[in-house]
Amino acid sequence: MKNGRFATVCTILFAIFMLAPIVVVIAVSFTPEGYLEFPPSGISLRWYRAILDNPDFIDAFIMSLKLGLVSATIATVLTVPAALAIGRGSFRGREALQALFLSPLTVPTVVLGISFLRFLSMLGANGTFIGLALCHAVIIIPFVLRLVLASVIGMDPSIEKAAVSLGAKPGTVFRRVTLPAITPGVVGGFVLAFITSFDELTVSIFIVNPSTTTLPVRLFSHIAQTTDPLVASVSTIAILFTVAVMLFVDRLYGLDRLLIGEGKR
Amino acid sequence: MNPFLLSAPALVLFAIMMVVPLVMTFILSFNSFGFYTGIEMTLGLHNYIDVLTDSYFYEIFGRTFAIALATTIICAIIGTPQAYFLTRMRPFWRSVMVLVTLGPLLISVVVRTLGWAILLGNNGVINNALMGLGLTNSPFRMMYTSGGIVVALVHVMVPFMVLAVWAALQRQDPATQSAAESLGAKPWTVFRRVVLPQAMPGVLSGSLIVFSLSASAFATPSLIGGRRVKVVATTVYDEFLNTLNWPLGAAIAVILLVAVLVIMISWNRIVERRFAGVFQ
Repeated sequence: MKNGRFATVCTILFAIFMLAPIVVVIAVSFTPEGYLEFPPSGISLRWYRAILDNPDFIDAFIMSLKLGLVSATIATVLTVPAALAIGRGSFRGREALQALFLSPLTVPTVVLGISFLRFLSMLGANGTFIGLALCHAVIIIPFVLRLVLASVIGMDPSIEKAAVSLGAKPGTVFRRVTLPAITPGVVGGFVLAFITSFDELTVSIFIVNPSTTTLPVRLFSHIAQTTDPLVASVSTIAILFTVAVMLFVDRLYGLDRLLIGEGKR
Repeated sequence: MNPFLLSAPALVLFAIMMVVPLVMTFILSFNSFGFYTGIEMTLGLHNYIDVLTDSYFYEIFGRTFAIALATTIICAIIGTPQAYFLTRMRPFWRSVMVLVTLGPLLISVVVRTLGWAILLGNNGVINNALMGLGLTNSPFRMMYTSGGIVVALVHVMVPFMVLAVWAALQRQDPATQSAAESLGAKPWTVFRRVVLPQAMPGVLSGSLIVFSLSASAFATPSLIGGRRVKVVATTVYDEFLNTLNWPLGAAIAVILLVAVLVIMISWNRIVERRFAGVFQ
């Protein structure tokens, strides 16, 4: 089956619509002027040099990186055993357990944000890195769960039985049989969780303090105040970073599978 | 191993870090707030009465749901045919379009919204192009309007619609389309009479996702709408971080949560009754 001319025109217009805001940000970042200008009147790296004079953006980038790695690690370590339980068994409460772990997708993010703020400030832990990392872990667990669950359900249970019947201990079965079989889902889930945490704004904006400000929060507050091309150059670096992660994932796991996991809310 | 033992670590995290905070927010919404005294541990419905009797909040809730509805309808109109075209593409172009459609989801909403702010401004790309072509003399105001928010939100949400419809269409038998074509149906007739009915479950589940995410969106309405065009999420933000009236902000948030849940559950009921056969 092939698409007609009308479909091709629609697809091209749709692609322009999807890419326009991203292309514009990248183009604007190369302006030599002091304001957001499109198309840029020349090509200059002025606003990339400006990033070096604004170390708070670099600090925020490093903070987002650390936060993404720590929260994705917490989420993955906690979710893999839960996914094994949910994916295998038919026990009472299985559906409820799955619904609970997917619920952060249903609750409006702003509601989660204020709830974390209220809870952490009661504990006096507002703005701490560990508080931030645990909150992020909660909101990225659904993404890990879905990808790991897909791997667990797709796995042939008889290979574990074979290992047990050959005398392997439970720990050995997990390490040598189960884990390798679900690795694609675990890696995909980890990466998706990392990216989600790295991009997260609505929860973070409530619970960061000046020393734990993440990149999206830093960008947001900068854009809300002024719009100089600095935000465009920082955004371009964030886009390039995402593209690099995507290329890496494509090699490792297949980008299509990760994207479809992201799209399924 | 016992499934609950395996889930225990994640369960503990959810109990402490999600259930407890949500319950605390619910309680907070019944507390009162004094300008000098801060949060007072009283219990009463006054915050809810304040919100539900003030036309200012009705306007904000009305605007939020109108924006979410408009976004959902436009996403369905754009996303449904796009998902259909996707099923008919050659594998190479399909991979390209999957990347173009879903790739932006991996880029921060803040960055994507910045792009829209550059495109939509009075001195922005679209207005300069329109004026350069002589189509309009004065700039068409899109920043700080609900319309501008809808345009940027459609960009954020349409991937979810395309994916939901695409998933529904993958379950259909392509032979039904070929049969219609061989019987002489024109492409539009095939789409309307054969494809659309089979895509409908996807359109409906996609609409639900798009609507609930749009109704609670924060970054896009905040950056495109500015201070003038407030929605529920930005109002909650202002109550918490500017006015510092947390109990009132919590009440608004609880109303948003309940409204979204009620809409989701009733929508699911309607869809399940209407399309009971399709989901079996």
